[in-house]
Amino acid sequence: MSELSKEQVLALVPQQPPFRFIDDIIELHENGITAAYTFRRDETFYAGHFPGNPITPGVILLETMAQTGVVAYGIYLASTQMEQEEIEKILTVFTEAEVEFSGMVKPGDRVIISAEKVYFRRLKLKVKAEIKLENGQTVCSGTIAGMGVKQT
Amino acid sequence: MTQDEVFSKVVSILTKYSKADVAESDIKMETSILDDLKVNSARLVDIVLDFEDMFDIEVEDEDADKVRTVADCVELIMSKQ
Repeated sequence: MSELSKEQVLALVPQQPPFRFIDDIIELHENGITAAYTFRRDETFYAGHFPGNPITPGVILLETMAQTGVVAYGIYLASTQMEQEEIEKILTVFTEAEVEFSGMVKPGDRVIISAEKVYFRRLKLKVKAEIKLENGQTVCSGTIAGMGVKQT
Repeated sequence: MTQDEVFSKVVSILTKYSKADVAESDIKMETSILDDLKVNSARLVDIVLDFEDMFDIEVEDEDADKVRTVADCVELIMSKQ
């Protein structure tokens, strides 16, 4: 078993555009992860949320936090316990969340997502996570969890 | 800790995660965690972690996989004390 690099983890995140909200992994280690994403001006949801006044939906911020904090970080932690071909057969599903939103993210904003481990056990990962704008303002924070399930 | 004490502590932990409309007094040894208490299976990990904290024990993953009923929890905990 060899733990995966930041680039290898990023390549294994299964979500793809228009539903991929992770550009690069900045830091990755046993206890946590930091990643970045820039919201494109042409993201599909801005047309409706809201017409003439585009704001990133809270539910998309939650997904953004989960793609880094649960999916990417979970793939990394799993790589310390199992071979890559086993990891590729596992899908990470969202299991629970308790979050607060405290700011707005506009088209073109780059956000920094960070998560630290609460526990990782039997392929279930719970983290404390947050999203900050580049100016340091927190826009979303909370505790989220997901679980790796074998696909049949 | 007696079996009755373990039982009541197990019940208080399980009701935190139950999605069923079940009173604590209706929970028996044979009550099924997933079927009767409607606990989300993803919560079983949290329940086992709560057992570890509450009873100061360590539960192996293989043992945790066998837990189905309240009685299974009580027996598992009693065997570790």
